[in-house]
Amino acid sequence: MTDATTAGQAILSLNHATTIFGHGAQRTVANDSVSLAMSESPPRILSIVGESGSGKTTAARSLLGLQKPTSGQALWRGNDIYHLSRKEQFAFRREVQAVFQDPYGIYNPFYKINRVFDLTIRKFNLAAGRQERADLIEQALKVVNLRPPDVLGRYPHQLSGGERQRVMLARAWLMKPKLIVADEAISMLDVAVRAVIMNILLDFKEQAGMSTVFITHDLSAAHYLGGDIMVMRRGQVVEEGKVDDVLKNPTHAYTQLLLDSIPSPDPDQRWAADLSEITELEQAAGVAERDVVVTG
Amino acid sequence: MASTAHTIVAPQPAMQESPQTHQEPLLEIEDLAIHFRSPRGVARVVDGTNLTIHRNEMVGVAGESGSGKTTLVEAILQIIRFPNRETRGHAWFTPNSGKRIDLMQATERQMRRLRLDEIAYVPQGSMNSLNPVARVADQVIDGMVDHGVSHREARNRIPGILERVGLDPKVARLYPHELSGGMKQRVIIAIAISMNPSLIIADEPTTALDVNVQRKILATLSQLRDELNVAILIVSHDLPVHAQLVDRIAVMYAGQIVEAGDIRSTVKTPLHPYAAGLMHAIPAIGKPRERLEGIKGSTPSPFDWPPGCRFHNRCPHVMDVCERVPPMLATMQAGERDTVSGRIDVVPGRRAACHLYPESTPEDARS
Repeated sequence: MTDATTAGQAILSLNHATTIFGHGAQRTVANDSVSLAMSESPPRILSIVGESGSGKTTAARSLLGLQKPTSGQALWRGNDIYHLSRKEQFAFRREVQAVFQDPYGIYNPFYKINRVFDLTIRKFNLAAGRQERADLIEQALKVVNLRPPDVLGRYPHQLSGGERQRVMLARAWLMKPKLIVADEAISMLDVAVRAVIMNILLDFKEQAGMSTVFITHDLSAAHYLGGDIMVMRRGQVVEEGKVDDVLKNPTHAYTQLLLDSIPSPDPDQRWAADLSEITELEQAAGVAERDVVVTG
Repeated sequence: MASTAHTIVAPQPAMQESPQTHQEPLLEIEDLAIHFRSPRGVARVVDGTNLTIHRNEMVGVAGESGSGKTTLVEAILQIIRFPNRETRGHAWFTPNSGKRIDLMQATERQMRRLRLDEIAYVPQGSMNSLNPVARVADQVIDGMVDHGVSHREARNRIPGILERVGLDPKVARLYPHELSGGMKQRVIIAIAISMNPSLIIADEPTTALDVNVQRKILATLSQLRDELNVAILIVSHDLPVHAQLVDRIAVMYAGQIVEAGDIRSTVKTPLHPYAAGLMHAIPAIGKPRERLEGIKGSTPSPFDWPPGCRFHNRCPHVMDVCERVPPMLATMQAGERDTVSGRIDVVPGRRAACHLYPESTPEDARS
């Protein structure tokens, strides 16, 4: 699946992508030979999970053409994303869409929400006339369960986080992309809204054949979305496979640690008070030293 | 009867594993309202809240962003700085030594004494507010000296305080940038316990921490409750965090508490449709995968809460009365009865504000 030979047919792939920031003592290997491939069909959801600093966002940025790997490749339909012709670049930007963590920071506060749609429609020439454009926007908003009067003509600060994130998904939908890269797209949202956003991504997959690369630190979200999962720790992929297999029978101690750290919503399943269990898991997973003192 | 409407009756001993449930009230919030006047109108951010916290109790406040959770705790500490503030109601606090005081009427001088000494606050994201150019020890000492502890005495207490929160005493010499997120949060908690308060208020104490770190911080808070005989008020949007930690929970919606009760029955068999919606929005690993519906619509604006029940336009159980009459937060009659969670045996002491239960409907509006 992540084999270099199949990467040619994939829409988007990373091929042993290694990204290094800084040098000398400051050197950080953010991605260490990360490989993945998202093929066009069947559509699927791939969740990349890991703690902060595990390199999942760097992988997402490489896929989006925002962070060139130090070595290895990021490929779009077999072409290096960082050496696309203008025409290819245009097609790439339409086929691969991004949704980011912060639904507040992504908008220009001076412009009304409509601009998000208008710019997209104009840039990609999606509609021929005013009426067609209005219909298209209405359709897009309907897909994400927003009523046009609730968002159109309003400014970003007048919308809730969930509404803003849904507008982003509606914008993505306009272009009928093959793939959405969602980087922590639900982590700043309220619980009740998270389910709504995840359902939209599931609907995109089922009804529109769109795939999603879903970056999250939340294993229960990955479980809900189903599909495949890739667990990252310190820049490396430590485990991958079907969500159901990996979460049922984790083979890597780090996956086990993440699983055992999810608070259960059932008060009858409280954790034991003493920390020896979690400390052992951390040691086995090789992350223990991050929370203890390094004295100099 | 009038007083029960303002008091959460503590859970039945059989329901809760809490080591010793002290019945002595520590903080009694009565009909508290915080409004802000602005050019756009009046924002009724907190609007008639009742909540009691007993000594040594762990209480959770849940609710989505904009529900007024943070403003509520800021009001308890009297640290709301926004101009044009209007308040109503009382927050009766009974210090370890001394007599009951209404925090809403307290002078700034009285509040200064109470803060840290009696009520410690761990604000949201405060671990990122440590002074980057001061050593950990000096930041913990600061508050203690301000509260009358000699510098020498404060310094002597540092190792013990750090150990209490699970930090190596050597951390005292370090600067914040040398610490991980979890360690920084522990330093903040160390500051909070430095004067041995009777109440710690922690606003989203584990948000933005990695899950394994979150688990350890929660365990530390639980330990502190047992060791220091302190009451802890946890504000979090994260229901599983409450499920792991607290004895009782209050669910806020649109500036009001809509349901309150012991954590076990509230999470397992919520009475209020909003609380039920929240519980059903959590994906759980290990359970069969079914589509979560979430809660339709968005949080209303504090400038313009919906009339009647503030949840009525998002509620799947909406009735005519909901659009007109605001339901009261009332103690529910115990026993077997029909609820939004099906037919269940309601344990005594649960409260909800929903017209599905006749107790919540004001007498003059009952048909």
